[in-house]
Amino acid sequence: MTQKLPATDAVIIGLGWTGSIMAEALTRAGLNVVAIERGPWRDTATDFPTTYAQDELRYHIRHDLFLRPAQETMTFRNNAGQTALPIRTWGSFMPPNGVGGGGVHWNAETWRFLPSDFQLRSHLTQRYGAKFLPADMTIQDWGVTYDDLEPHYDKFEYLCGTSGKAGNIKGANQEGGNPYEGARTRDYPTPPQKQPYGPSLFADAARSMGYKPFPQPSGNLSQAYTNWLGVTLGPCTYCGFCEWFGCGNYSKASPQTTLLPVLVRRPNFEARTRCEVVQINLDKSRKRATGVTYVDVNGKSWEQPAGLVLLCAFQLFNVHLLLHSGIGAPYDPQTGTGVIGRNYSYQVTSSVNAFFDNQNFNPFISSGAIGMCIDDYNGDNFDHGPHGFVGGGYMGAVQTNGRPILTTPTPKGTPSWGAAWKKAAAEHYLSTYQFVTHGSCYSYRDAYLDLDPTYTDRLGRKLLRITFDFHENELKMSQYITDRLADIVQKLQPRTMEKNPRKGPYTTTIYQTTHTCGGAVMGSDPKTSAVNRYLQSWDVSNLFVPGASAFPQNAGYNPTDTVCALAFWAADALVNQYLKSPGPLVQA
Amino acid sequence: MSRRRTMRRAATAVALLLLCAPAAYAAERSQKAEIAHDGQEFDEVERGLYLATVGDCAACHTVPGEKPYAGGRAIDTPFGTLLAPNLTPDRATGIGAWSDDDFVSAVQDGRGHGGQRLYPAMPYPYFTKMSRADVLALRAYLGALEPVHNAVRANQLPFPFDIRASMIGWNWLFFTPGRFVPVIGKSDEWNRGAYLVEGPGHCGACHTEKNFLGGDETSRALQGGAIQGWYSPNLTGDPRRGLGGWSVDEVVEYLKTGHNRTGAATGPMSEVIADSTSHLTDEDLKAIAVYLKDRPAPQSAPTPVAASDPAMRVGAAIYVDECQACHRAAGTGVANLFPAMKDNPVVQSADPTTLIRVLLHGTQNVATDAAPTGASMPAFGWKLTDAQAAAVLTYIRNSWGNAAPAVSAGDVGNGRQQRLSEGVP
Repeated sequence: MTQKLPATDAVIIGLGWTGSIMAEALTRAGLNVVAIERGPWRDTATDFPTTYAQDELRYHIRHDLFLRPAQETMTFRNNAGQTALPIRTWGSFMPPNGVGGGGVHWNAETWRFLPSDFQLRSHLTQRYGAKFLPADMTIQDWGVTYDDLEPHYDKFEYLCGTSGKAGNIKGANQEGGNPYEGARTRDYPTPPQKQPYGPSLFADAARSMGYKPFPQPSGNLSQAYTNWLGVTLGPCTYCGFCEWFGCGNYSKASPQTTLLPVLVRRPNFEARTRCEVVQINLDKSRKRATGVTYVDVNGKSWEQPAGLVLLCAFQLFNVHLLLHSGIGAPYDPQTGTGVIGRNYSYQVTSSVNAFFDNQNFNPFISSGAIGMCIDDYNGDNFDHGPHGFVGGGYMGAVQTNGRPILTTPTPKGTPSWGAAWKKAAAEHYLSTYQFVTHGSCYSYRDAYLDLDPTYTDRLGRKLLRITFDFHENELKMSQYITDRLADIVQKLQPRTMEKNPRKGPYTTTIYQTTHTCGGAVMGSDPKTSAVNRYLQSWDVSNLFVPGASAFPQNAGYNPTDTVCALAFWAADALVNQYLKSPGPLVQA
Repeated sequence: MSRRRTMRRAATAVALLLLCAPAAYAAERSQKAEIAHDGQEFDEVERGLYLATVGDCAACHTVPGEKPYAGGRAIDTPFGTLLAPNLTPDRATGIGAWSDDDFVSAVQDGRGHGGQRLYPAMPYPYFTKMSRADVLALRAYLGALEPVHNAVRANQLPFPFDIRASMIGWNWLFFTPGRFVPVIGKSDEWNRGAYLVEGPGHCGACHTEKNFLGGDETSRALQGGAIQGWYSPNLTGDPRRGLGGWSVDEVVEYLKTGHNRTGAATGPMSEVIADSTSHLTDEDLKAIAVYLKDRPAPQSAPTPVAASDPAMRVGAAIYVDECQACHRAAGTGVANLFPAMKDNPVVQSADPTTLIRVLLHGTQNVATDAAPTGASMPAFGWKLTDAQAAAVLTYIRNSWGNAAPAVSAGDVGNGRQQRLSEGVP
């Protein structure tokens, strides 16, 4: 028996980064907003205080901050010829849970995408010709440009206090920044974090080879900062417990440290935690959402009517809820038609492990986003003509952590336990460095999301099914940029070096990144996109779907800056266009 | 009332008039204004709202989340629990049936409707300083509220404290009735500050130590006092433990936002900042600051515990491991986020109750519109032994130029046993 509640102006599904950004914009505009969050409320001093935030066993090994697969999971297969099986332990990606979402446990690497990334198909076709792209590659333009998003990137970075060095301010090259980045209107709000020894060595080597190294933009702050909402963040202490962890020092940008303190003071904002939305409800025309149905912690079902629905869950669950609610045509890989579940993509990471004699990198002095990088092999910053692939990634010395349980690199051939392992771990802990690449992952006709025919969740709903594998283009890209990274590392004269370019097949059991993308992509054509350039559903005009689900393909960067810039962009359109004249903001 | 009693009261009034000429003059002026008084004037209601904010009346008379001033909130006293009465204009259960004189008498003299004695949890020993005009403005505001039918049995005290007549003796001992008299030779600003602090603001209710019967230790006015498991700091011009180290602007900033260069409000002061001082005019906050900073400091200068002391050395090591990440190596903290240890009056307070509590149990800083962050200190009680907690507190009280008596493991042990009052942040 579902009990109907009084209507509200807007209901937000999921209170992570995008939900908090939307809630801030809409409550500021005077709307009554109810945010419904599946997980618990999370507060810095209660849930990850400095007194035990650095507990690798609790947070990393036992996944304290993440969704429990028993609550919701998905099935996986590499291709349509296989039978998908449920993921029962998280591996390659870590679905977030609770207020703050992925913003609690990210590394805070805060990258903008390149201007060409947003017009990927037109750009690559123009430069290399349509035949240069694999026939089954379904990349497309986003429907927004970098210039459209620039003020919103700026807004997010000034919300977070991002620490970095601009490479391009209004077209003028800035020494020490990323020379390939799109023009920004102003520098980062705070200067770059201090660089440890390893990144400094890498930068020297890269510079000597003619590359342009620059500090990675970081949401772990170099100094205290008060954002445009008046919320203050503290300086990072370089403890190296960022990704997988909440920050006990208020120094990592998250909804908790930037937005929620203001939101909870607004009388027109309400959050309902441990409440899971099971469906977006539509009226008879199926063109208008009437609200959502959710289940509370007691298993009781409630209907929350709302004038606006904002689907702000994690990428996979955005797609899941759209499929369940029957919004938009499900994607069919046989015919290539339909949009919900189409263009699922990921991220292609790789590494070079270098073992040195007589070096001490002090790996425990780290933060999720310090490091020196080069961008010479990202996107289309280099000529792909001779290489037979498209895409690329940033690379560098990114010193995210030196944690005791899992960050104990040993050379290949070392036993994985026992006295010999202990000896090797002790020998190599200080003198080994892992250099990384962070590569793009383009979309393909056979990589998609749909509902599993066999497995259901605890509420009896079909699980989301992931069908995905790496394609030859991505593996070639990874091999190429990993080799280029190794060339730089070789300059540092390690004793030995191990190159680990990404190899197929894709597996969900080994951690890579949580950057799952696509499935409800944005675009200019309702035949190939689920949402328009303002993240508004083509089918249901009072439904907006922010998040990485809108990425038509993934670029060679961490996605959060772009996810949040898109959320600000959509929020701006909602407040300044939609509320004045409700209806489709783009005519199909 | 018998004719004889009326006569006697009139005679007393005449005697009071003769004794208190300036107050009588003020009273006469306000009574003239009262001729046209019906409590409906916009200006008066607004002034009453402001005074209710200054006095933070809602802190006791409103249950959070319930109707404003409908009463019923429990007030823990050393003598037992009182429930704050309903101040809405409901005639049966509120103060709707009270005359103006009833109300003025309750606020200024602690005698309610029908002459019933109030307990000094109602801070009439301070409100007695308020002018009749201000008290009537307060009534005008309360009269404009929605009447709420909510019968509150205020007196929940155990015997013998439940006998209200016992307040006759208490008043004789500790209550000095009388309106505020400006001090000639001090500026208008100073006098305005004095009026707000000593009268409606009733700062001494928390910040002045109480004797065993709950009366003010007037010789140590505003030099700090224990309250609900916290220690309200010294508000005099004491450079180390009081406000002497803060500029007037820094005091204003603290009262306005809950934060300044060194301090962050927490505990019962959070509510005072959020509901009262952050809503006052800058002029009034400045007046309060000017007056408090001019209060003479007690004559005693603590000598710092030597850095070579074993507790200091242990404390220094714990500080690096546990505290430094937020409060910084130089004890400077982060403005609006983490309080400074260096030069912080609370850290150097003569009584370490607040420090012990915050370290053991954690706390949340106040959030205001001007400084909305509201960061929290996590609890360390589960992580540090009594001796370790004492060592690190001794260390922060005696480093970076700070000086205060050492904290003992026994002090920490007592703090661990302390019951955390319900509803107190």
